[in-house]
Amino acid sequence: MSTATSTASEGKHYLNAKHTVLSWLLTVDHKRIGMMYLVSLVVFFLIGGAAAVLFRLELMTPAGDLLRSETYNKLFTMHGIVMIFFFLIPSIPAVLGNFLLPIMVGTRDVAFPKLNLASWYVFMLGGILAFVAIVGGGVDTGWTFYTPYSTMYANSNVILAVCGAFIAGFSSIMTALNFVVTIHKMRAPGLTWFRLPLFVWAMYATSLVVLLGTPVVAITLVMIFVERAFGLGIFNPALGGDPVLFQHLFWFYSHPAVYIMILPSMGVVSEIIACFSRRRIYGYKFVAYSSLAIAVIGFFVWGHHMFVSSQSTYAGMIFSFLTFFVAVPTAIKVLNWTMTMYKGSISLEAPMLYAFGFLGLFTIGGMTGLFLSTLATDIHLHDTYFVVAHFHYVMVGGGVMGFLGGLHFWWPKMTGRMYPEGWAIFAAIVIFVGFNLTFFPQFQLGYHGMPRRYHEYPADFQVLHIMSTAGASVLGFGYLLMAGYLGWSLKFGKKAGANPWDARGLEWETSSPPPTENFLVPPVVRHEAYAYEFESETSPESHPSSESSA
Amino acid sequence: MSDSHPSYLAHQFDDVEQQRQASTMGIWLFLITEVMFFGGLFTGYIVYRGMYPEAWKLGSHELNILLGAINTAVLILSSLTMALSVHAAQLGEQKKLSRNLLATIGLGGVFLVIKAFEYKAKFGHHLVPGEHFHFEGPFSNQVQLFYSFYFTMTGMHAIHMVIGIGILFWLWAQSRKGKFHKDYYNPVEVTGLYWHFVDLVWIFLFPLLYLIGRH
Amino acid sequence: MEHPVVPVSTYLKIFAALMVLTALTVAVAFIDWGFFNDVVAMTIAVIKALLVVSVFMHLKYSARLLWLIAGSSVVWFMVMVGLTLTDYRSRDWLLHEGMRPEPWHSVPAEVMQDAAPSGHNGAEAGSTGH
Repeated sequence: MSTATSTASEGKHYLNAKHTVLSWLLTVDHKRIGMMYLVSLVVFFLIGGAAAVLFRLELMTPAGDLLRSETYNKLFTMHGIVMIFFFLIPSIPAVLGNFLLPIMVGTRDVAFPKLNLASWYVFMLGGILAFVAIVGGGVDTGWTFYTPYSTMYANSNVILAVCGAFIAGFSSIMTALNFVVTIHKMRAPGLTWFRLPLFVWAMYATSLVVLLGTPVVAITLVMIFVERAFGLGIFNPALGGDPVLFQHLFWFYSHPAVYIMILPSMGVVSEIIACFSRRRIYGYKFVAYSSLAIAVIGFFVWGHHMFVSSQSTYAGMIFSFLTFFVAVPTAIKVLNWTMTMYKGSISLEAPMLYAFGFLGLFTIGGMTGLFLSTLATDIHLHDTYFVVAHFHYVMVGGGVMGFLGGLHFWWPKMTGRMYPEGWAIFAAIVIFVGFNLTFFPQFQLGYHGMPRRYHEYPADFQVLHIMSTAGASVLGFGYLLMAGYLGWSLKFGKKAGANPWDARGLEWETSSPPPTENFLVPPVVRHEAYAYEFESETSPESHPSSESSA
Repeated sequence: MSDSHPSYLAHQFDDVEQQRQASTMGIWLFLITEVMFFGGLFTGYIVYRGMYPEAWKLGSHELNILLGAINTAVLILSSLTMALSVHAAQLGEQKKLSRNLLATIGLGGVFLVIKAFEYKAKFGHHLVPGEHFHFEGPFSNQVQLFYSFYFTMTGMHAIHMVIGIGILFWLWAQSRKGKFHKDYYNPVEVTGLYWHFVDLVWIFLFPLLYLIGRH
Repeated sequence: MEHPVVPVSTYLKIFAALMVLTALTVAVAFIDWGFFNDVVAMTIAVIKALLVVSVFMHLKYSARLLWLIAGSSVVWFMVMVGLTLTDYRSRDWLLHEGMRPEPWHSVPAEVMQDAAPSGHNGAEAGSTGH
């Protein structure tokens, strides 16, 4: 304690505290680990994106003229595995969560910093294994590794890919475990549960899903591994094994995994909407509890992925019925965000644009989810582009929009520099337009019967496919533009003060970038979260508005 | 509190009690992930046993109930010595601590050796699933399914034992250096919880694998 | 308060109880109680587990939060098993032969070469009741 205060003199922060590569690789500072995750995730995102570019190009024409069908299968598998296991699932928790959560609860670090560092190494190891599997011959099972294809017919790279996903699972467990303990045991004095920012509530709910779900997919992947590598027969129909059992176990995790991707985004959006509407979140407790409700109900619905497998129709009815319940807490959130903006003084900076994007796109994604969870319509829509469009609206329209919004919102805090606002607004609009142009036609494609995962299709569908590919290029351009100006701002961006948005929350009370130990004086919380409407009541010493006072 | 920051108190914690509570909570959270991990296997077991009760009995009959029971006893005894290790650490009794840790390691080793003999016998009887599997009697395919579960479940359990023994060795070395005392024994306590959990898994595996339809 | 020193005698008593229960579970396995063999075996296992969890693992003396954590894992395991079984237990409910989905266990004949004499599907489906 006493040593910490003396070393952190003026201008010293976590980024310039030490400069060697080793000081990054061996750091236990949650902020540096968050930044390491950010860099690695950008790489994975590029890999997954490159695959998407290739198969979108292939789909410009009805004939399979650019890629062979095997290559096409490998590319969409690669896109799925990389984007889900190595980008979306860790995106907000591992980057923004790692960086912000300890600051938001007012502590020096997460509960287990070494475990936190280990999680990054484990993640990279898993990523490298999966990458080796992908470049060393490719995997063509789809990201779901369905049996018996994965265990009996697909090439043996499946083993490596499965190991990669298995190992990456440990990293999310480590992060989640850290978060739950940190939130429970390390909150600053005065920071009661209902004074926590909703982002923290969202991370808490997400972590519970990770802890309860990830081990199940881990053992399921182990089962594939032993069946594939040692010739045991667990899902082997020839021995009386049931491939549908694999789907049960797989979706027990992988459906809640959708909430691992979306709940953090909801947390981010709560922060952004409160800040840029200058209002306290309407129905704070409802938003907080609805995160937990989504986490819990999310575990009861996995069978809706299996309506047309040989799952019993009665089980299908139960799962269909339960699935509708997930929409309730989600709708509560959307209502409360809208009510927060009502009569607020809204300003349209880039983070708020992403939050708007999230609201609209995620609502479309969620509503189309209701079509799919209805047994009868699912029979028609199952395994078509309708499903593809639905989950991209949820995962990209929801998950990625939230991530980008959060990245812009906290960019000044993380780097100490402002991004260029004009470019950011432009890029946000480009991304929004590109996204819709890519995926909205896919709803139509799917509705008209275009199945997923084919590299050839009847010529009737070509117009819609060309629209989709054109949209993908716009989307890609938007991402690159963003990468460009964010990179530029690292060196040339305007210096950000401690609180450039005049936002509330402990993270804005420390300097930008924060010192290694986060706070020079351990914070004490005296008021509720989002005290935007009570500006006069907040004491000046708890809101240093310029970095010099830090 | 913060003016006395002992060497065993990590920098992110305010005091020893907070650190203790955090580590205990951390290991319990880890254990729920373990419950779900083995839970996936148990789910598969339940589903298939419901489908093939006869084959499951036939497979179970081939297992050596004596060795299974001895192993259960060995593991429970090791849980006792583990509990006594924690007890000794709480009281700061260094010698007792290292002695009990060694006993736990030894018993864990005995378990694994017996398990290895059982595995070897299964290889000898061609009961290992795969190309060389051979079972005289009805439902041979489903019996193979049973043995797939037998090996996956006991194998996963054994891997957990091996990891546990590794950690115990580390603890033992640390305890020899006198690292643990009344105010700081979290690693012993946390390892103890893990070890008991591994014992718990076996408590369920034993009747489910060895004791089906013995009458 | 959260880290009590449990007397050695308590540990020894629990150990003795666990050993007795182990012997008991082996003994009753050789008595034919039909379906109840499983019930008894699982009851004994659960009692043993509770002894280990509450005393060896100190849960009895720990904060309620840890009870909640431990309990939640059991609940979630039940959810997984329960909802999975809704599928397996109701697959044969559709009485209409035409409506019945392809029974997953109508595996090729050579797989079922040694099915019970009363014919494969009936015997298998009937025996799932246990």
